[in-house]
Amino acid sequence: MTDATTRRPPDEAAARRAVAAVWRIESAHVVATLTRMSGDFDLAEEMAQEALVEALEQWPRTGVPRNGGAWLTTTAKRRLIDTWRRRERLDERYRALARDLEQATDAPGYDPDRIDDDVLRLVFTACHPVLSREARVALTLRVVGGLTTEEIARAFVVPVATVQQRIVRAKKTLGAAHVPFAVPERDEFAERLGSVLGVLYLIFNEGHSASSGEELLRPELGREALRLARMVAELVPAEPEAHGLVALMEFTAARFPARVAADGTPVLLADQDRSRWDHGAIARGRAALARADATGRGRGAYGLQAAIAECHDVAASVDDTDWARIVLLYEALGRIAPSPIVELNRAVAVSMAEGPATALRMVDALAASGALRTTHLLPSVRGELLARLGRGDEARAEFLDAAARCGNERERAVLERKAADAVTA
Amino acid sequence: MKYMLIMRADERAVEAYQDMPFDEVIARMGAYNEQLMKAGVMVGGEGLSEADEGFVVDFDGEEPLVTDGPYGEVKELFNGFWILEVSSKEEAAEWAKRCPLGPGSKLEVRRVTGPEDFPADNEWIRKEEGWREELGTK
Repeated sequence: MTDATTRRPPDEAAARRAVAAVWRIESAHVVATLTRMSGDFDLAEEMAQEALVEALEQWPRTGVPRNGGAWLTTTAKRRLIDTWRRRERLDERYRALARDLEQATDAPGYDPDRIDDDVLRLVFTACHPVLSREARVALTLRVVGGLTTEEIARAFVVPVATVQQRIVRAKKTLGAAHVPFAVPERDEFAERLGSVLGVLYLIFNEGHSASSGEELLRPELGREALRLARMVAELVPAEPEAHGLVALMEFTAARFPARVAADGTPVLLADQDRSRWDHGAIARGRAALARADATGRGRGAYGLQAAIAECHDVAASVDDTDWARIVLLYEALGRIAPSPIVELNRAVAVSMAEGPATALRMVDALAASGALRTTHLLPSVRGELLARLGRGDEARAEFLDAAARCGNERERAVLERKAADAVTA
Repeated sequence: MKYMLIMRADERAVEAYQDMPFDEVIARMGAYNEQLMKAGVMVGGEGLSEADEGFVVDFDGEEPLVTDGPYGEVKELFNGFWILEVSSKEEAAEWAKRCPLGPGSKLEVRRVTGPEDFPADNEWIRKEEGWREELGTK
């Protein structure tokens, strides 16, 4: 086979898909490198997008270059120089960059350590706390994940214009706040890493329990979040929570194949066919948890949630599950990350370990505190406990209340069915 | 979607590898694996030991015939595999192209099937799911 036939894709559509594939692998590196050189994140992202457009025009004719990432970087750098030239800011930085480009041969120097640092800076920039959560999510998926605006809009069921606006505003906000393109200093590292992991978990959760729309699962979004979490864990291997988050996602994703019935209705944990769970993912989750432990710094909130998910994933059935251990893990989680949701989950675990009566007292206390008033979760758990205690009418009222608060159509149908079952039981 | 990259090499590639310092082979493959890890796409993979440790069961005749080592019998050796989680066939191809292999080597890239590829109500498919769980190989 000659070079030309291996490098030239058979048709334009295939070439465009190849461009998309290279972009997905390389876009973070390109934007990161350009940001380091220019010191301007907004401009770097814009130039990278222009290089992408140029690739879409050229590669179908010329074939996919051997080093697509270097091609994109070089093209983006040229665009950057053109832009500076237009702005008539012929400063020393531009001249140095131009010299560098002229001297550069086909492949620029490749320094994996430097690229890792750049990508890490990019992740921290995209997840900066000056941005709203929506903006952090959109920017991370776009510049770190390499997703298009259209893909992000489709995943979150919002108009393309909305995503575009979020990204443009996010970049302006970063510029206005003079956010440095840097990995945060030691004293704020933990907090900022928490923001990064939080954004990834937010994306993952949107993938596995869509907050709106008809589909219960958006597996691609969940997989993308998992990929990004694995990436971050490799960039900061000494951070236990990064591995903890990967473990949590693996254990949760392991159950995806059994979570939806053939007709699209969600299947509850107790009814899931556990043979359909992804045991490869469970093994990877356990490996990630072991890496978290190997750092010797203890389990954080993600590590503890992962440990709880692990208890479910390794059990042969709901009855076989080590509920006593889950209760303890929720207690530990409640200490380091107290929240009404954790309390509610602890109550569910207690109901399995000790029976519904104790759990109902915990849930009633939660309800009395006024927490979780707007979600469907509290009445749905309360309904479950009442049904198990044989208080059918009260259970029915709780399930109907829960159904009325539930935003996901699939889940709502399940709650309505439970309400109907509660009286007949 | 999951793709399997299956490494195959003919005698030329095997000889070339024998001439190359083992440390260098390990370093090049290690760097590739590290790239896959850092991109978050690697979900599994194994290498296979020397081909002469293996044997062949041939179904050409009436009875299966067991012979030592595949040398002289087959043109290509299956040396190992990676399993990648990627978003498209093209992404799998892009990663495959980056593998540090030389002349005489090929990567066969195949999509890994999932439960969605089989009829969920088939008795044997359901049985197999159960076995996979017992074996922990799913």
